Amino acid sequence: MEELDALFQGFAVALTWYNIGMMVIGIVLGIVIGVLPGLGGPNGVAILLPLTFTMAPTSAIIMLSCIYWGSLFAGAITSVLFNIPGETHSVATTFDGYPLAQQGRAGEALTASFTGSFIGAFVAVLLITFLAPLVAKFALRFGPPEYFAVFLLTFCSFIGTGKDPFKTIISMMLGFGLAAVGMDTVSGELRMTFGWSELLRGIDFLIVVIGLFGVGEILLSMEEGLAFEGKSAKINPKVVLETWKKLPKYWLTLIRSAAIGCWMGITPGGATAASFMGYGIAKRFSPNGDKFGTGQLEGVIAPETAAHASGTAALLPMLALGIPGSATAAVLLGGLMVWGLQPGPLLFVEQKEFVWGLIASMYLSNIAGLIIVLSTVPLFAAILRIPFSIIAPIIIVVCAIGAYSVHSAMLDVWFMVLFGMVGYVMKKLDYPLAPLVLSLVLGDRAEAAFRQTMMGSKGELGVFWSNSLVGTITTLALLMLFWPALSFGWQSLRRQLAGSR
Amino acid sequence: MEQTKHSQARGGITHSLVDAISAFIVFAVGVVMMIDNYRIGAGWADEGPESGYFPFRIGVILCIASIVVMLRSLFGKKRNLEVFVSWERFKPVLLVLIPTTLYVLAIQFLGIYVASALFVGAFMRVMDRSSWLKTLLVSVGVNALLFWMFEMQFMVPLPKGPLEALFGY
Repeated sequence: MEELDALFQGFAVALTWYNIGMMVIGIVLGIVIGVLPGLGGPNGVAILLPLTFTMAPTSAIIMLSCIYWGSLFAGAITSVLFNIPGETHSVATTFDGYPLAQQGRAGEALTASFTGSFIGAFVAVLLITFLAPLVAKFALRFGPPEYFAVFLLTFCSFIGTGKDPFKTIISMMLGFGLAAVGMDTVSGELRMTFGWSELLRGIDFLIVVIGLFGVGEILLSMEEGLAFEGKSAKINPKVVLETWKKLPKYWLTLIRSAAIGCWMGITPGGATAASFMGYGIAKRFSPNGDKFGTGQLEGVIAPETAAHASGTAALLPMLALGIPGSATAAVLLGGLMVWGLQPGPLLFVEQKEFVWGLIASMYLSNIAGLIIVLSTVPLFAAILRIPFSIIAPIIIVVCAIGAYSVHSAMLDVWFMVLFGMVGYVMKKLDYPLAPLVLSLVLGDRAEAAFRQTMMGSKGELGVFWSNSLVGTITTLALLMLFWPALSFGWQSLRRQLAGSR
Repeated sequence: MEQTKHSQARGGITHSLVDAISAFIVFAVGVVMMIDNYRIGAGWADEGPESGYFPFRIGVILCIASIVVMLRSLFGKKRNLEVFVSWERFKPVLLVLIPTTLYVLAIQFLGIYVASALFVGAFMRVMDRSSWLKTLLVSVGVNALLFWMFEMQFMVPLPKGPLEALFGY
C-alpha cells in the first residue's frame, strides 16, 4: 500500500516535539476561538495566519488546521451549556444538547458530542488518506479547461444549495470582483484601482474574512445583546466511561451522520448544512425520533458527527484539487499560497512531506483534541462567564492586529472596519458569506484557468465539451446552476397538473 | 426576533427597504465594474481575452442579480416588512462601531498598543462599569501580553507611537 507508506512517513514528520507542541497550541487556541462569540474558524485562522509567514509550511499548516479542529470541537460546548451556538454548524446541537444540560446531564451530552465529533472526523480522515491521492492522481491529467470546469462546478453547486440563489450569486460575484482588484496576474494591467496606488496589491482575502466574520459578528452579537447564563459542566472519568458504554447503541446514527458529513464536506455543502441534515435524518429514522428535542443523546451525536466529518472532509478537495470545501478550508488554501506552495494535485507529488505530514497530524490532533476537550471543558466554559463588554473590545483589538500584520498597512485596518459593517448588513439580509470568501480566494485562479482555456481554443466555448471528462463536469455544473429553476418549474408544473385534475 | 415581529414597520426602516437599498448599492458596484473594465478593454485581443474581459462580465451578472433582488424586495409577495433593526437594538451596535472607528484613527497617532489599551479600558469603564483597578489591570495586561507576543516572540512589527519610542522600540 503506497498510501500507508506515505502516511507512516507523514507520522514521522508530525511526531516531532515542535509539531506536537504546535498541535496542542492550535487546538487550545481553536477551542478558545470557537467558544468566543465573534471569533470562529475562518477568521481565527485568518488572524493567526500572518504569524506563520516565517514558520515552516508543515508546522504552520499543522497549527492552523488544529485551530480549525479545536473550533469544531468547541461549538458543542456553548451549544450544550449555554444554548448559544458558538458557530453556525452547532445550531442543531442545541436542540437536544441544552435540554440534556437542563436535566443535569451536561457531562453526558458533551462526552457524546465530542466522541461523535471524533468519530466523524476519523472517518473523514480515513477517506482523505485513501481517496485524496487517487483524486489527485486523476486530476494530474487536468488541463486548464478541466480546471475551469471543476471551478465552475464548485461555484454552481453553491448556487444550488443556497436559500436565495440570487443573493448567493451576488455574494459570489462580489468575491470575484474583489479578487480582480489590483494587478492583473496574466497581463500585469491595473484593474479597478481608480488611480489609488495602495490598491495596487489588491484586497487581501484575509482582511475581508477578518472584517466579515470577526467585526461583523461582534456587531451582530451586540445587537442581539448576548447574556450568558450557562449550566455547569461536570465531566469526570466516570461520566465519560458510562457515556461511552451507551454509544455503540447508536452505531447506525454515527455511520449515517459521518457519511452525510463526508459527502457535504467534499461537495461544498458545508458543515452547517451537514449538521442539520444529520439531525433531520436521525430524527426521521430513529425509533425515538418523536422524542428528539427533549434531550436525546442521539440528537446530540447526529449533528456533531456530521458537522465534524464535513469540516474535516472539506480539506479533501482542498488538498487534492486546490478547491476548498468550506470557508475555513478556503482560508487555509490561501495560506498555502502565502507559504509559497502551489495548491493543486501536484502537491501530492512535489510536497509529499507537507501533505502527508498534514494528514498524519489530522489523526494525532483529533485524538489530542478529544483528550483536551474532555479534560478542560469547565475551564473553557468559564471564559464565557467573562462579560461580553470586556471580551468584545479585546476581540476587535486582535482583529485589528491581524488585519494590520498581513501587509503592514493601515488601509487594511480601515477595510476591516468597512467589511465589518458590510458583513453585519449582509448577515441580517441573509446573504451567505461563504461563497464570497470562496470566490475571493479562487477568483484569480478561476480567471486564469478560463483565460488559458480561451487562448488555447481561440475563444471557442465548445472546448468545455471537447472531451467526455470536461463535458461531463461542465454539464453537471450547469445542471447544478439551474437546479433551483428546474425544481421550481417541475413543482409548479405538478401543481398545475394537480389543479387541472 | 419576537420583539421585531410585534412592532410592525411603524416609523422604522423595514427589512425590505434595506434589502432594496443594498441591492441598489450592489447594482452601482456592478456598473462601476463594467465601466472601469470596459475602459481597459473587455473584449478580445490577438492572444486571448483582455484584462477586463472577466471582471466586466462579473459586473454584468452583479447588475442582473441585484435588479432581481431589488424588484423582489420592493414588489415581491413575500417581502419582509418588519423593522430592520429597532433603535434600542441598534444603539449597542453603534456603541461598538463608533469607538472602533475612533480606535482605528487613534492607532495612527498613538500606535496600536496604547490605542488598544485605551480602547479596552474605555469599554470596560463605560459598558461594564468595572473598577479602575480592574480596568487598568486588564487593558494594560492584555496589551503587554500582545506586545510580548508580537514584538518579541514573532517579530511582527505593528504600528508604534510616541510611548514605544520612549522605550527605544
